[in-house]
Amino acid sequence: MLDTALFYSFALLTLLGAILTVSLRNAVNCAIALITSLAGVAGLFLLQKAEFLFAVQIVLYIGGITVLFLFVIMLVNLDQTAKQPRFGRHWMIPVLAIAGTGTLFVGFLTRGRGTLALPAPGVAADAGGNVERLSDLLFREYLVPFEVASLLLLVAIVGSVVMARKKAD
Amino acid sequence: MLHPITVTHYLVLSAALLLIGTLGVLLRRNAVVIMMSIELILNAVNINLIAFSEHLKTLNGQIFAIFVITVAVAEAAVGLGILIALFRNKETVLIDEIDILKW
Repeated sequence: MLDTALFYSFALLTLLGAILTVSLRNAVNCAIALITSLAGVAGLFLLQKAEFLFAVQIVLYIGGITVLFLFVIMLVNLDQTAKQPRFGRHWMIPVLAIAGTGTLFVGFLTRGRGTLALPAPGVAADAGGNVERLSDLLFREYLVPFEVASLLLLVAIVGSVVMARKKAD
Repeated sequence: MLHPITVTHYLVLSAALLLIGTLGVLLRRNAVVIMMSIELILNAVNINLIAFSEHLKTLNGQIFAIFVITVAVAEAAVGLGILIALFRNKETVLIDEIDILKW
């Protein structure tokens, strides 16, 4: 019962924040709305017993990426941009495309739901906390992807520094 | 009145978030907000992965979500670097004013 109420409140937070993110005029307000949406997703992670990802979502997304966004908004002067129209000239085409896709989703949910066969739920694993089991999996089975991810982060750091710095001459 | 929450609820929420994010990418002119919408799309994927990870009681989905977050961070860092370089050269972040590749 409590789970259900919590799911709906977090879902509302997520969707409301997302809608505000894509519709607000000022980019700073968009970033604040994005924080709301990301916090809602973090709550959903906690509801699904993904405690480690909950912490990662708070620290990395809300604490890291959003601050990065705010920094860039401060760096690129958006005062003039905020006075411009928010949406492109051909705004009808994406709206129609998204409406069509949404209609497909709703139609599938109302009429074709019987054809959706979910796999049988698994059985709960043995003891051990979420973080413990996750690190076991990450550092044994997924060790090579983990190292590749670290390489990707290194390339991203170097690339962003090279691109954002001033020309030497 | 309140039904118990199933995977389908999470799938519907994820689909809705994906649609909103896609709408933001296609609709907005401000490149910073477009990158925020991309983050929304990646979060929709993560909700899906976590929902199935909990449904199947296996942690592989959570591992994949970690990798998705890693790629999202790298993408945000590089994208914002590009944006700053672009603003330095063109004095704008509105994507329909950046038409140098358009004939």
